[in-house]
Amino acid sequence: MAEFALPKNSKIKAKGQVYKAAPDAKTKRNFKIYRYDPDSGQNPRYDRYELDLDETGPMVLDALIKIKNEVDPTLTFRRSCREGICGSCAMNIDGKNGLACTTAIEDCKGEVQITPLPHQDVVKDLVPDLTHFYAQYASIKPWLQTVTPAPAGKERLQSPEDREKLDGMYECILCACCSTSCPSYWWNADKFLGPAILLQAYRWLADSRDEMTGERLDELEDPFRLYRCHTIMNCANVCPKGLNPAKAIAEIKKLQVERAV
Amino acid sequence: MAHNPARPLSPHLSIWKWGPHMLVSILHRATGTALAIGGGLIFTWWLTAAAISPAAYAIFYHWIVDADPSSAHEGAQALVGLLARLVGVALSWSFFQHMASGVRHLMLDTGAGYELKVNRLGAILTIVFSIVATLVFWAVILGKGN
Repeated sequence: MAEFALPKNSKIKAKGQVYKAAPDAKTKRNFKIYRYDPDSGQNPRYDRYELDLDETGPMVLDALIKIKNEVDPTLTFRRSCREGICGSCAMNIDGKNGLACTTAIEDCKGEVQITPLPHQDVVKDLVPDLTHFYAQYASIKPWLQTVTPAPAGKERLQSPEDREKLDGMYECILCACCSTSCPSYWWNADKFLGPAILLQAYRWLADSRDEMTGERLDELEDPFRLYRCHTIMNCANVCPKGLNPAKAIAEIKKLQVERAV
Repeated sequence: MAHNPARPLSPHLSIWKWGPHMLVSILHRATGTALAIGGGLIFTWWLTAAAISPAAYAIFYHWIVDADPSSAHEGAQALVGLLARLVGVALSWSFFQHMASGVRHLMLDTGAGYELKVNRLGAILTIVFSIVATLVFWAVILGKGN
């Protein structure tokens, strides 16, 4: 059953630290950031950091790095490539999931509110525990499965047309922006696979070289694993790579119908 | 995996920025529930009252449609009748909204309408349709009444 309110230990306390920018700063911007310190035993809180945008890079990740380097080294977040390919800095920025490194500060209005990916167990500050997400990914066997022996001395070939069918899916970086944007996944993450994993499931269903289509569809034919998707469409609206998990899920549902009739 | 109670759960509904697609999705569920429960109860009362006797139907009629001037409860009946009209407006809007988003879901199930702009427009159109249809529906009913 969906639990709409946050548990007692998760409620965000009103008062946090406030850090002001230097008095001579011209272009000031406030960043309201979710903080949780597992060692303190206290509830999460919002800290407010005022930055001088003239001294800050253009992206939200630049602001976070500036805060960590110059204002408050205790701020914890994941980041790596800073160019939208690793998916580490996925977080909720102004009520929408996205990558901090590809979200421009100037596209945010007013105070920039940053929280971890929604409805996840928080390890610290902006770092969610994605163990379950990765386990769900492993559960769909995201690799090429075949029964026929590979052609002697060469790889399994794929026509350019068949390869094109994977466009819009192979680009997924598994940042979990989509899955954690999905209300169905919020309420049923224990059983529903969620948009990211289902997009990956379809990526292997659509691969001309894969020979386990029937078995894969059997695994997905389940009221929860697949059919908790109610085309709410948050997934496609937040994907930082412009992919459309909802569309991929619709294609899986169509495959299920096609093989049944 | 269940939520690990030792760790806080990150905020979700309270921080989420809604779009029309998300609103229409929850409205589909809410209006469906309203129609099934509210609509179902009133509709069942109406049918059973009509089936039992003219006296039973008169009770339904005077409390829901038109107060009985000769009754001691005329004031209360008028008040309940007014409330029933509001419920009626809400239920008729629920019907049109549920129907429109149902048609939208039917189209989505064929694999069409997933492009972000088209999808957003579709969501907005269901709301526009349900409001206009409700207004027309009641304009016709009240127009006939006069």
